[in-house]
Amino acid sequence: MTIVVLNRRNLLVAGGSVLATGVLANGVPGLLLPARADGLAPTETMSGGANNYRKGAAIVDRIGKGGFWMSGTVRRAGDGAPLAGQRIQIWAHTVEGQEHEPQSHGATLTDKDGKFRLEMPQIIPIFGQPHGHLAYDSGEFKTVFLRPVMRSPKDTSLEAHFVLQTA
Amino acid sequence: MTGWALARVILIWAALAVAIGVPIAFAAGSEQLAWRGPVYILAGFAGIVALGLVLAQPLLIGGYLPGFSAYRGRRAHHWIGGALVLAVVIHVAGLWITSPPDMIDALTYASPTPFSPFGVTAMWAIFLVALLASLRRRLGLRPRTWRFLHMPLALVIVVGSVAHCLLIEGTMETISKAALCALVLAATAKAMIDLQVWRKRRALRGEGTARQ
Repeated sequence: MTIVVLNRRNLLVAGGSVLATGVLANGVPGLLLPARADGLAPTETMSGGANNYRKGAAIVDRIGKGGFWMSGTVRRAGDGAPLAGQRIQIWAHTVEGQEHEPQSHGATLTDKDGKFRLEMPQIIPIFGQPHGHLAYDSGEFKTVFLRPVMRSPKDTSLEAHFVLQTA
Repeated sequence: MTGWALARVILIWAALAVAIGVPIAFAAGSEQLAWRGPVYILAGFAGIVALGLVLAQPLLIGGYLPGFSAYRGRRAHHWIGGALVLAVVIHVAGLWITSPPDMIDALTYASPTPFSPFGVTAMWAIFLVALLASLRRRLGLRPRTWRFLHMPLALVIVVGSVAHCLLIEGTMETISKAALCALVLAATAKAMIDLQVWRKRRALRGEGTARQ
């Protein structure tokens, strides 16, 4: 969903800006400017997001044997610009290990569009909810812990999106 | 005992065994157990057993289980209450060992999972009832006062336990879980209506002496 929003945003920024400034800004500058000033709000850390976090998980091509996809985006608060090369740490209770065990943890980097995608073992319900954990903890921006929940334990993918603010 | 009376006794006990045994059996067959450690498995089943014990409580005190006179039903209600405390302690301790931060979140009402506050509230109500029951004679609580304290807490235990259980995605199979929860609610409602627990009646003479 958010990827669609992101594309639409890119489209607006890249292609529609001339039109927007030409039509809207001249006509109603007071309405357009405050919206830009507020911008994209930063993502708050979710409660329980940092549970069973291990500092400094290695960047891996895949966690364990894979079969499940964790993906998402990393953007900058305010202007929503995609952030490339950001390290996102991922862990969960999977068919290959419990949340706190080292083999359940791994990290990946965002691409030039601010997107990340890491294959990992199938997530299974733990503590009553099938969920994953993600962290941005590199220091340049404020640390954020996310805890997205799967709609069904049978899902084979999960998304989480970061909007980071400068630390 | 006539044949019909015997059949009725067997039927009621068999129904109770099915109501509690079938959800446990389904949970024992859950594929999720393959990815859980023994402590986590024990903690989960302690929770399921606790729900079964919550079903037994109104049935015992309401006198619906054949073979238990009012006196014996009340004695059994006390013992089952103690067993319920033990089951909840095993449930919480086992989950704490499995994932300390998640359990601490739950106990401090800071958990992201919607079912946790229901379970934790029911837990405190269970502990409080057990504490009050153990001190009941020492505090000199009259039956009326006791009922006034116990009934709201019993409602919190029943509603909290059912909500807690229904919202969890765990080893329990959905339909057998919902059926057990419905029975817990129905048994509680029936016992409370039959015993007219809301009525401010004077202590029945038999009530005070029956416990001795």
